[in-house]
Amino acid sequence: MTLELNSRIPAGPLPEKWDRHRFEMKLVNPANKRKHTIIVVGSGLAGAAAAASFSELGYNVRCYCYQDSPRRAHSIAAQGGINAAKNYQNDGDSVRRLFYDTIKGGDFRSREANTWRLAQVSVNIIDQCVAQGVPFAREYGGLLANRSFGGAQVSRTFYARGQTGQQLLLGAYQALEKEIARGGVKMYPRAEMLDLIVVNGRARGIVVRDELTGTVEPHFADTVVLCTGGYSNVFYLSTNAKGCNATAIWRAYKRGAAFANPCYTQIHPTCIPVAGDYQSKLTLMSESLRNDGRVWVPKRREDVGKKPNDIPEADRDYYLERKYPSFGNLSPRDIASRAAKEACDDGRGVGPGGRGVYLDFADAIKRLGVEKIRERYGNLFEMYERITDENPYQVPMRIYPAPHYTMGGLWVDYNLMSNVPGLHVGGEANFSDHGANRLGASALMQGLSDGYFILPATVSDYLGSNKLEPVSADAPEVKAAVADVAERTRKLLSIQGTRTVASFHRELGHIMWEYCGMARSAEGLKKALELIPKLREEFWRDVRIPGAGTELNQTLEHAGRVADFLELGELMCRDALHREESCGGHFRVEHQTADGEALRDDEHFAYVAAWQYAGPSAPPILNKEPLEFESVKLSTRSYK
Amino acid sequence: MNLTLQVWRQSGPDAPGGLKEYQATGISPDMSFLEMLDVVNEGLIERGDLPIAFDHDCREGICGSCGMMINGVAHGPMKGTATCQLHMRSFHDGDTVVIEPWRARAFPVIRDLVVNRAALDRVIAAGGYVSVNTGSPQDANNIPVPKDDADAAMDAAACIGCGACVAACPNGSASLFTGAKISHLGLLPQGQPERYRRALSMVSQMDLEDFGYCTWYGECQEACPKEISIDVISRMNRDFMVATLREPEARETSSGEG
Repeated sequence: MTLELNSRIPAGPLPEKWDRHRFEMKLVNPANKRKHTIIVVGSGLAGAAAAASFSELGYNVRCYCYQDSPRRAHSIAAQGGINAAKNYQNDGDSVRRLFYDTIKGGDFRSREANTWRLAQVSVNIIDQCVAQGVPFAREYGGLLANRSFGGAQVSRTFYARGQTGQQLLLGAYQALEKEIARGGVKMYPRAEMLDLIVVNGRARGIVVRDELTGTVEPHFADTVVLCTGGYSNVFYLSTNAKGCNATAIWRAYKRGAAFANPCYTQIHPTCIPVAGDYQSKLTLMSESLRNDGRVWVPKRREDVGKKPNDIPEADRDYYLERKYPSFGNLSPRDIASRAAKEACDDGRGVGPGGRGVYLDFADAIKRLGVEKIRERYGNLFEMYERITDENPYQVPMRIYPAPHYTMGGLWVDYNLMSNVPGLHVGGEANFSDHGANRLGASALMQGLSDGYFILPATVSDYLGSNKLEPVSADAPEVKAAVADVAERTRKLLSIQGTRTVASFHRELGHIMWEYCGMARSAEGLKKALELIPKLREEFWRDVRIPGAGTELNQTLEHAGRVADFLELGELMCRDALHREESCGGHFRVEHQTADGEALRDDEHFAYVAAWQYAGPSAPPILNKEPLEFESVKLSTRSYK
Repeated sequence: MNLTLQVWRQSGPDAPGGLKEYQATGISPDMSFLEMLDVVNEGLIERGDLPIAFDHDCREGICGSCGMMINGVAHGPMKGTATCQLHMRSFHDGDTVVIEPWRARAFPVIRDLVVNRAALDRVIAAGGYVSVNTGSPQDANNIPVPKDDADAAMDAAACIGCGACVAACPNGSASLFTGAKISHLGLLPQGQPERYRRALSMVSQMDLEDFGYCTWYGECQEACPKEISIDVISRMNRDFMVATLREPEARETSSGEG
């Protein structure tokens, strides 16, 4: 049985849809708001912003995060900036241009209406954040500064040094703490959502494990909002924090929520290359560096062992500038990543294992002086030096692509509600706005747009339009969900095999990177679809988790997350195999142009692939939401 | 390289703890400190022992989760560096490394190297914000901020809330943490309406938690991975003092300067 996917896109011309919808949506009377409880899982930009905003409106909010404080959510690590169509620079920006750049950057695989709304709301985000005291970079006149980012020819990115995510998250976190102090939000740190409670077809709560005591309890609400981030850690090595996981959205999937476009993953071009087998994560070097840094490899293979400063200008291949003269070093992420892989596959990669390219600041330092560069990127340069023991003011950085962001996620309609009524999904956890590739500085924009502006309106509409009876803790659905979680924990702890959780995670990561990474083939994906179930079987037979379930047990937490990645990885490969085209971050080697660019197939694949769980032994069911384009013309993406 | 570790092990908040010795063998100088602990933990699990519990997340020095006393120094020997960004090249083959949790009355140990830092959240909840609700504020460029003020605010706002300042302070004071937030918001026009109220309530909350007083040891700024200057404490004290002059009754609610 397939799903009915109604995207609920409002009628009317694109620029008017959101305003019209806002008027048509139901409101909840202020006196009634306090009778409603909203669960928000995750405290990153989307989660913290939504939780604070719901509470300000008068709802009772319960917010959960796995970290010891909501301020530690991984949004904090975003470096470069946040886009907004303010046109403060008078360089031709507008809501329409940001919309168009985002649609095109996503390789025409996102919904027009959602993307327009994102661009439209972007300007309010900056106003809101400045009012909160976010210390954005400023010009001497006291006005806000901007910089450029990949995939755009205008300067629309607002930033706070290389710590924009931190400052935006602290703004949202402080708003959240303000509401916690007022009593509107009850915060549950060190708490992990391990299941979704669906009663009479509606999401009515979650099952939560207290990480300190191991207590598993149901928590109830009138609606559940998941803002739990992305799943790049399926690759083991990624730029995500170690704790980032897909468990919340995966359990929701297994309770009926469709998972959209799982194969759309973003491999970020500028990360510090892998140095050894012990490596636990990869570190991003902000894309903003490509404003001033020039990417190159030696022209000749025999030069790769030479010191970079000994290779004369004439022997360097500035391949992005050569291949994409109009965007150059600011080509979008998917394109820059593939170009780096190509150069390394050609034997011209530098550094250990030949998996690296140079990002060179010598010209910028000559042009602007060391001080200017230090002011712009000082903290990034320091971070690079700490990790690699090389001074990027003197020798070029070495960078290589790494998994960074997942455009796929739970399917949502225009109201950010999944196909399970009452289950809303915001931020990276949903699939909605970026299509097959996200442009730089757009993740912060989406997280805050969803959290501050979209969810407060649409969740109110849901609460105002539905009569929700209280849920009893004795309801069979509740008891079943709690029992499932307890049984799963018991089973994990009872295996007592020989292999560590990390070893399984690492092996899964190798499979995913090799066969479902930057370049994918039918043959490779089929191989991965054989390897992953085998690995999963071995995991459930041979994993070793020391300690008990009734105390802080970080290995047990990790094991639960890896168990879910072992299922999600398979769905990603299945989706990648079915999508017989290349688009954005999804590059199928069988589908490329003569010069190696992605070759889309709009006739057959201009749709959202929403996968539906069909039980442990049946393959998932593919549902399609056709993408209709009224405002933009589908074209071959060109950055040349 | 091979190292001898002496690690604080404590099975729960009320259990007795003690240093236990472990060998870290085959360590690469390019590993981060936490990756070295990962290797040790993998070995412990393979031998059927309990791994060493420690908080960590982003591993790029920004989330503030990680933090431990390394040979008695918060975040270890490298200045301006969080534990996750400390690399093993800062140590030598054959070294003995003593690893302990943050030591502060306000940060009770949960397990091994994991401590409870919720007191820091409560200090922020007491007033570390600008009271604006989500809505339709004025256009962002209607609030010009002199660049120097914006830069100084950003310097203070860089705090990652790791708690190293508290752990390094002989008094266990949170003045650097609290002063950083008071300075960040107090330097900006948006923070002015609540400036003195904020100083009063945040300092009072700090007193209510188990933090000690600042007596200008200066250890906090040495330990801070973001190198936040002790100047923020002066600013906090100034704002606090003005606040008590403006609102004499407020003096009753707090016992004095941070």
